[in-house]
Amino acid sequence: MAFIFIEGNEAIALGAMAAGCNFFAGYPITPATTIFNTMLKLLPSEGGICLQGEDEIASMGYCLGASMGGAKVMTATSGPGISLYSEQISFAIGSEIPVVIVDVQRLGPSTGSATRGADGDIQFMQWGSSSGQPVVVLAPVDIKDCYTLTMQAFNLAERFRCPVFIASNKEIGMTRESIDIDSLALPPVINRTRAPQNIPFLPFAAPAHDSVPEFLPIGGDTLVRQTSSTHGADGYITTDSEIIAKTQTRLTKKLMSKIHEFSFYEDAGVPDGDTLVIAYGVTARAAKVAVNEANSNGRRISLLILKTLWPVPEALIRQKAESVNQVMMVEMNLGQYVREIQRVLYDKKVNFLGQMNGNLITPRQIRRAIIHA
Amino acid sequence: MPSFLNKSRPPVFCPGCAHERVVQALDKAFLNMGLDGSKLVIVSDIGCSGLFDTFFNTHALHGLHGRALTYATGLKMARPELTVIVTMGDGGLGIGGAHVLGTCRRNIDLTLLVLNNFNYGMTGGQSSSTTPADAQVGSGFLNRLEKPMDVGRVVRSAGAGYVTRISSYDKDLPVEMAAAISFKGFSVLDLWGVCPGRYTRRNRLTPAIIDEDLAKLPALQGPVPENARKEYGSHYRELATAQSPVSPPKQIRAEFKAPQTGRREVTMLGSAGQRILTAGEILCLAGLGAGLHASQKNDYPITVLRGHSVSELVLSDREIDFSGISRPSAILALAPEGVARRRSMFQDLDDKTLVIQASDVELPETGATVVKIDFKAQKIKSHDRALASLAILARMNQVITFEMLEKALENRFGKKVLDSALALIRRVEK
Repeated sequence: MAFIFIEGNEAIALGAMAAGCNFFAGYPITPATTIFNTMLKLLPSEGGICLQGEDEIASMGYCLGASMGGAKVMTATSGPGISLYSEQISFAIGSEIPVVIVDVQRLGPSTGSATRGADGDIQFMQWGSSSGQPVVVLAPVDIKDCYTLTMQAFNLAERFRCPVFIASNKEIGMTRESIDIDSLALPPVINRTRAPQNIPFLPFAAPAHDSVPEFLPIGGDTLVRQTSSTHGADGYITTDSEIIAKTQTRLTKKLMSKIHEFSFYEDAGVPDGDTLVIAYGVTARAAKVAVNEANSNGRRISLLILKTLWPVPEALIRQKAESVNQVMMVEMNLGQYVREIQRVLYDKKVNFLGQMNGNLITPRQIRRAIIHA
Repeated sequence: MPSFLNKSRPPVFCPGCAHERVVQALDKAFLNMGLDGSKLVIVSDIGCSGLFDTFFNTHALHGLHGRALTYATGLKMARPELTVIVTMGDGGLGIGGAHVLGTCRRNIDLTLLVLNNFNYGMTGGQSSSTTPADAQVGSGFLNRLEKPMDVGRVVRSAGAGYVTRISSYDKDLPVEMAAAISFKGFSVLDLWGVCPGRYTRRNRLTPAIIDEDLAKLPALQGPVPENARKEYGSHYRELATAQSPVSPPKQIRAEFKAPQTGRREVTMLGSAGQRILTAGEILCLAGLGAGLHASQKNDYPITVLRGHSVSELVLSDREIDFSGISRPSAILALAPEGVARRRSMFQDLDDKTLVIQASDVELPETGATVVKIDFKAQKIKSHDRALASLAILARMNQVITFEMLEKALENRFGKKVLDSALALIRRVEK
């Protein structure tokens, strides 16, 4: 066993390289800048492209163009940058362009605090586009997750041809931690399915066995059309309401019907406790301490650490909450994901502990909340 | 040779629209150049110019208003062998202004056709960035308040390698287009034309008037001598190839035994210039040398050369869950700025916490065990205080041992810095 000592942001960059990322574009913003810095060290000497856009909109645009050329692309920013990405995210959703987007969250609203952590973009990442279509959001808890979930993010972006977010946080991204990379269980690398060359290519036709269209890059022998406009299978504008409805349904279904394949989570505390604490991101670490302490004092508390936040892994949440009397959601905002938990566990008492003051929620706060719930 | 035009999707512009001329000229240019459609991409955005990609049998990427250059740049960098043509109206030019300037500065090998018809045709003829102040358009009196921009002059100032201002009705347009496409760098064609659907309903503009207006302006045609330089993509690849691969972060194996078991938290309270963050890293590397897990959280203002510098460190023989500070084993109080930043933590401490206090720093009231160090008397400079404090901790066998510290310095520094760091930690007295 051997440790290295790096930032969460550096681990994301290393994970991206391990996943085969060969194109990165970003715009400097605290607390995400060190992802750009690290990609700039790693990519060029390996034949990859690392660009600094004139703004966030450009950086996302570069990624989408490169992805359509066949590259595996990533960008990284924080809340103010996600705001600027919004229209391009809609494009990536509707036109099925694989892209990994790292949101190293900082305290908002707006410019907010550049060096203060929060999980304030949790609903924004899912709903910050003009369609209401699902996206994938993965939330790392620690530096190991930064590495492995980044690999998973690339796999999901390639598999489902969609934007995949990594919901990091200043408290993970800019915290340095020891990590033994050789000991990590890494997923196999998945690349987007290429369409066969021998049949006429329709860029947005999903094969019979799947809801995800097969891909051909712009610039190959077969002509490829990509468009942000409402389109049919051929990539030309359509006004046919039947085709439009089918495509919209397919965009939803391609992720929602497969959520069981990528419901990443971790169990902690006792199995089958009477209370279930649910947490994600850096807060899950404090929750683990609090739950273990409470259990060593005779309580019976289970902890569910969600690493896939969107689409909401509803079946998983229901299964984990099946036998508990009450649920406690803890998150570093004033109540975002708890809305989903209340929706899914409508028949349970769902308590909430949130904080948005730039500080980590401490184990002591969580322990108190559990005791008083 | 067959045309590049898509026979199943003929142009759908209003009768008399200048855009149709541009479509025909572009097809002629492609034909004259003998291009291969599968190596040719048309990138477009929103507005009537955004219909271009559908008329040609080439690859096509149609995206958001004003952002066409961003997709084209990413695509060209990923696939440098492709010929990439970008179409944009005077609307896209305005909304995507930052991208136009950025692309000019980069001189990347793209060809931008600005289909300049002096208004937003598709949304009702509102004023754009090129609408004359005296025109009657769909923005009421608002365009009277703005000066139209001269596309050619702007892109030339911004560094475009090739700029031509020309009428959409010019008989030489296919030749001019081919020359622009052949240019290895960013070429911009400012194509003036008539929008019969909107603009000429209330404004008089004909091909002849366009010619007269163009003749009044200084000619812009072809390569811009003062902007001649390397093309961005090939220059990128040239410089990227010359980058030496980075060595991976140093792996550290356990070879020592930590003085205490369990979790140990240390908070360093200093100021900018005291090398607090480096000392924090060294403490963690020392922990790694004893097989401990480590985490480091830093807090400093964005003006990095002034103000507080705080580092929060955790070493533990188990995986670190909470990375914040709950019960510090040690606090290094090295500057008033850092102490002020964490003032509230002192009141809760008991004698299990060791505070190493620089003698010129005042502490709030505390129940902690305080050891005062006169760094000045030991001739230890302010920027060495943090490292010297680690040596004191090590001498007291708190959190780290002296050999753990020495090894961490070896892992962190090259020979020259290492020698002076070792000399420092060896001469520090408690």
